[in-house]
Amino acid sequence: MSETALMGESRQKLLLDLVGVRKTFDGFNAVERIDLSVMEGEFFTIVGPSGSGKTTLLRMLAGMDQPSDGAIYLRGESLNDMPANKRPTCLVFQSLALFPHMTVGQNIEFALKMRKIAPAARKARALELMRVVRLPETYYSKNVMKCSGGEKQRVALARAFAYDPEILLFDEPLSALDYKLRKTLEKELKDLHRETGKTFIYITHSLEEAMVMSDRIGVMRDGRLVQVGTPEEIYTKPSDKFVSEFMGEVNIVQVRPDGAGRYRSEDLAGSFTVNAPPSTDGYVVIRPEFLRFLASPSDADNHLTGRVHNEYSLGSRVQYQVRVGERMFLVEQPRRQSFGGGDVTIGWDAADAIFVAE
Amino acid sequence: MKIHALQIQDAAISGTAKKSRGPFLTPGARCALPVIVLLLLGFAAPLTAVIAYSFAEPHSFNVFSSFTFANYAEIFNTENTVWMSFLWSLSLAAVTVLILSVIAYPIAYGMVYVFGRWSGLVSILFVFPLFISENVRLYGWVLFFIKNGVFDGTLNLLGGSDAPEVLYSPGIILFGMIYTYLPYMLFPLVLGLSLLPRDVVDAAKDLGASRYQVWREIELPLAMPGFMIGLLLTFVLAVGAIAESKVLGGQSVIVLTHDIEVSFTYAQNWPLGSALAVLITLITGGLTLFMLFKLDLDRVLGRK
Repeated sequence: MSETALMGESRQKLLLDLVGVRKTFDGFNAVERIDLSVMEGEFFTIVGPSGSGKTTLLRMLAGMDQPSDGAIYLRGESLNDMPANKRPTCLVFQSLALFPHMTVGQNIEFALKMRKIAPAARKARALELMRVVRLPETYYSKNVMKCSGGEKQRVALARAFAYDPEILLFDEPLSALDYKLRKTLEKELKDLHRETGKTFIYITHSLEEAMVMSDRIGVMRDGRLVQVGTPEEIYTKPSDKFVSEFMGEVNIVQVRPDGAGRYRSEDLAGSFTVNAPPSTDGYVVIRPEFLRFLASPSDADNHLTGRVHNEYSLGSRVQYQVRVGERMFLVEQPRRQSFGGGDVTIGWDAADAIFVAE
Repeated sequence: MKIHALQIQDAAISGTAKKSRGPFLTPGARCALPVIVLLLLGFAAPLTAVIAYSFAEPHSFNVFSSFTFANYAEIFNTENTVWMSFLWSLSLAAVTVLILSVIAYPIAYGMVYVFGRWSGLVSILFVFPLFISENVRLYGWVLFFIKNGVFDGTLNLLGGSDAPEVLYSPGIILFGMIYTYLPYMLFPLVLGLSLLPRDVVDAAKDLGASRYQVWREIELPLAMPGFMIGLLLTFVLAVGAIAESKVLGGQSVIVLTHDIEVSFTYAQNWPLGSALAVLITLITGGLTLFMLFKLDLDRVLGRK
C-alpha cells in the first residue's frame, strides 16, 4: 500500500481534537464532557466496561450520532455538521454489518461503487485489499455469508480500507471470535496499522487486547475518560482504583496515613511502606505477580501472614489464593510450590506496590 | 435417537415378518399421511373436475365424454366480451398492486423505523377493519359516496355544490381494491423491513452511500422477500376480486370473477366458466411459482 510514507515524519501531528464532547439520550448522559486529542497515525484504544459510553463516543466520531454539546475537530475544522457519508472515517462494526446479499468482492467494493468508480478499477482495488488482509483471490465472487468468522472479519476490514479513509474506527470487532483467532487478528491488525500508517481508533472492553495493540489507551468509565496514557503508564501508574482493577486481577488494600511515614490498613491491622510519602487516604494496589512467599518476614519491605486457601493453574504460572484474616490475596508464581498446610508469609517490596488515591 | 427407538418399537409391534426390512414409512411420514391425503383430495379433485369441464362441449354437462377447445376459443374470440373482463381483472390487479407498493412502502418504513411506540397503534388501526366483513365495509363506502350520502351532504352543507359522481366507475373500484388489500401488502413489507439490520444501513452510509443509494443498494434488496410476498398476495387476491366491482362499481365494469360466476349460474355454461377458471389459475399459479422460485423463504422467516 502506498500510504506507508505517512508514518514517521507526521507521527506527532494533531489529527482529531475533541472538545467538551457530550451526548445525552433522554436525559441520560451517555458521554460526559470528553476532551481528547488523537495524533496522526496513532493507534488509540478506548477501553471501558459495557455501558461506559465508548460505543457512543465512536459513533459520534463516525458521524452516526451527533454530540449534544461540544465539538469534534479534524485538523482544526469542525466535523459537527458533516454527515457520516462525507467524513474521512470508516467504522468496523462489532456485528461487522456485512451486506448479506452481496459477494465478498461486492462488499469490499461498495465504497468505490458509491463513488461511481469504474468496475475494472474497483476490482483491482478489491483484489489488492484481499491480498493485504490475506483472503484468497478465489473468494472474490463468494457469497459473504458463506465465509467463516475470521474470513468475515477480514472482509469487513478490507471493505473499510477500500476508499482509503484517514481514520479507521473499530467497535470491538474481535469480541465474537475464539481466543486463538482473536490473538492472530490482534497481531495482524497491529501489522496493518504499521503498514498503512493510518490512524486507528479502537474500542474494546478487554484491556489485554488494548495493551497488545495500542500506542495510547484511554480508560472510560460512566461516560468519562478516567485516564489516558501509554499502555506502560496505564499499567504502572493507574490513576485510580477503577483503572487498577480494570487492569486485571489485583490485590487492593484500603489504607490511610499512620502519621509515622507509613500507611496503615485497619482490616489487616498492619502498616505498609509505599514508595511515595503518605499524604491522603487511598488504596495500595499489589499485582499478584509482585507478591511472593517469604522464607522470613525480613525478606521483603512488607509482609503478611496467612494460609493457602486454594491454588489454580494458569498454564504458564500458578496462582495461589492466600487467606489473611478475612481477606483473600492472590499470589502468582512461575512454579508450583508445596505448603504443609500451616501458616505462610507473603510479602512485597515497596517499589512494586502502587498507591492510588480514593 | 428418539426416532430410532420408535422404529425399533414399531418393528416389534408389526411382527417378525417385517423385522429385517424395517418399518414401511418413517414415523413422520405416517403421522403426516392423513393430512397429505386430505389436502391432495381437497385440492386435486375439484381442480381435476374444473380442468375436465373446461374441455367439455359448451353449454353441456358432458364432462369426460367430450373433448373440445371451443371454450378457450370463445374466450379469445374478440367478438365476445369475455376477454374484456379478463383484461379488466388483470389490469385492475396490476394497477392496484403498483399503487399499493407505492403507498405501503413509506407506511411500512415508518412503522419499523419512525413511529416508535406509535407503530403498535397504527398496526391495530390497520388490522381492526379486517374484523368486519368486506361487503359491509364496501357498503359503508357506498353510503359515504352515494347521492345525498355523507360526502355529498357535507359538501352541500358547506358550499352548496353537489359532490362529483364517483360511484359506479372504474376509479372507485380501484379505490375499493386498494382500500381492501392494503394490509396484505403492508404487513409482509413490515416484516421484510424489520429483518433489515440497522448496522448494515449505518455501514452503507459510513461507506459513502447517499440516502438514495442506501435505499437502492441495501434497503430494497434486503426487504425484497417481504415485498415479493406482499406483491404476490395482493395480486392473487386482486385478480379474484369481485365485491369491489359489484358493490362500488355497480357493474360498470365486468370483472373476470363475475363472468365465472355468471357462467356457472344464470348462463349454465359450466365449460366456459371452467375454462376461465383454468386460465386464471394458470396465470396466478405461474406467477406464484416464479416468485417462490426467486424467493428465499427461509430468509423471510428469519431462519438463515
